[in-house]
Amino acid sequence: MEGTKIATRDGFGEAIVELGRKNKDICVVDIDIGKSCKTGAFAKELPEQYLNVGIAEQNGAGVSAGLATAGKIPFVVTYAVFGSLRMCEQIRQEICYPKLNVKIACSHGGVTPANDGASHQSIEDMGVLRTIPNMTVVMPADYYAAKKLVAKAAELYGPVYLRFTRDAIPVIYDENQEFEIGRAVTLREGGDIAIIANGDTVRLALEAEEKLSSQGIRAKVLDMHTIKPLDKEAVLDCLRGIGRIITVEDHNILNGLGSAVCEVAAEEGTGHVKRIGIQDQFGQSAPYERLLELNGITTENIVETAKSMLK
Amino acid sequence: MKNIGTEELKQQAKELRKTALTMIYEAQSGHPGGAFSAADLVTALYFREMNLDPENPKWEDRDRFVLSKGHVCPIQYAALGTLGFFPEKELHTLRKEGSILQGHPDMKRCPGIDISTGSLGQGLSCAVGMAIAGKMNHKDYRVFAMIGDGESDEGQIWEAIMCANRYQLDNLIVILDNNGLQLDGTTDEIMPLLDMSQKLKDFGYEVYDINGHDMDEIVCTLDEIRAGKTKKPKFINAHTVKGKGVSFMENQLGWHGAAPNEQQYAQAMEELERGDI
Repeated sequence: MEGTKIATRDGFGEAIVELGRKNKDICVVDIDIGKSCKTGAFAKELPEQYLNVGIAEQNGAGVSAGLATAGKIPFVVTYAVFGSLRMCEQIRQEICYPKLNVKIACSHGGVTPANDGASHQSIEDMGVLRTIPNMTVVMPADYYAAKKLVAKAAELYGPVYLRFTRDAIPVIYDENQEFEIGRAVTLREGGDIAIIANGDTVRLALEAEEKLSSQGIRAKVLDMHTIKPLDKEAVLDCLRGIGRIITVEDHNILNGLGSAVCEVAAEEGTGHVKRIGIQDQFGQSAPYERLLELNGITTENIVETAKSMLK
Repeated sequence: MKNIGTEELKQQAKELRKTALTMIYEAQSGHPGGAFSAADLVTALYFREMNLDPENPKWEDRDRFVLSKGHVCPIQYAALGTLGFFPEKELHTLRKEGSILQGHPDMKRCPGIDISTGSLGQGLSCAVGMAIAGKMNHKDYRVFAMIGDGESDEGQIWEAIMCANRYQLDNLIVILDNNGLQLDGTTDEIMPLLDMSQKLKDFGYEVYDINGHDMDEIVCTLDEIRAGKTKKPKFINAHTVKGKGVSFMENQLGWHGAAPNEQQYAQAMEELERGDI
């Protein structure tokens, strides 16, 4: 699959049909953006397991909680900005507080809804949901990761937030790669610097590793697809063994992956962490790659940051 | 359904009010006004209408009760404790550390609570989800959801109302405890609801407009709904009195969320016992 690009929302759309076929308790609760979130195949093939509650996120979250009390495994599906913020209190009160088995599966994570502008870009979602007890927060790095992690989320009892990309991103895994929620994937080994990324920025970390390698700098690359529960051991390994970490995320630098890693570093009292991510500012309508660039979420910036930390 | 007469239900409602008031008095915290407006309806549901098994609170065929206006939970706790969902001594632990009887209902702690509520406007959506799950699972259970009139200010209530019509949830019975008061004033002053019965008819519901303290009328209405064949969701607009049963609490804003002192408690218990208010 070298060079292939697929949006992770497509991975979700395929995975959810496969899961729904096998387990009749799995259902989809759409909020009238199913076509965009790739639940069309599910709706067509499994209508008995499919609901569309209209443009009513709050009700969608509550209905999902009610379904879960009766043994269903609902995936409530919308865009990341709405699935985290519009239904935030419902997630807290009716899903996380009673620890119900509801999955919130959201496309259009980060700045991937680029041309739609800041209203549709989701830069706070993972951070906001990370602070709610009982919640698990996951962003897969490619199509294969999305398929596998959706299946893992369905197996895990309890609330899970899954965040996908609207845009096609490079495939970096193959179908044999295994994933475990809460366990980072080590993509490259290196002893000079650690790059911890997730979602659509893992590809940038891999590109940066290649460039650094050509300059004689060995970087370790971790795909931290789950920011809660964070794989603390993996972070501690980086802190103790390498001591220098760059975090990269398509999310505000506040309260996302970077913050989670900093929390571990601060409590450990060792190591140096630099965060690359959305610079605590709203976006605008612009191409996806340009929006990343405006926030320094680029291969070049990762390389430069690594070099500055090694001086 | 249990075949219990209305006289017995009236006695039971009196006992539940006394129990709820005692809980609030002992906790020196809670919401007596709305608990008393809901008391007769809650009694009819728990002691006559709903199919439940106190020995098996999670029985999958049970009827569900969602107290969307979760702050009046002492009246629900009183019913659950009396029915044996948990030891009656727990009724003395309301709002205390470690209690199964939290200030607002917690399904993880308290047997018989079908969904945690407390944040207004959210429970009805959960009830809709339970009713849909009943259809999906080919179960005959019904879902009773009690909402408040003040709570109906919340937009999510109307999202849920529409959703139940969309999915033709004839297994959902929404009960409005229409006591006319909310925290800061009357519902007419704060946010007029206008004619809720007409509204719900327009939203596709089978509507029943009743006196929520007339046990005969409550029982007749529930009988009629049980026997009905319409595919529509049901809506009971229950006209009630906040603080019903205690002279100095009735229709008084101040008793929304206040606990009685010793003298008030004694007088209220006496009035409830007499049952002539």
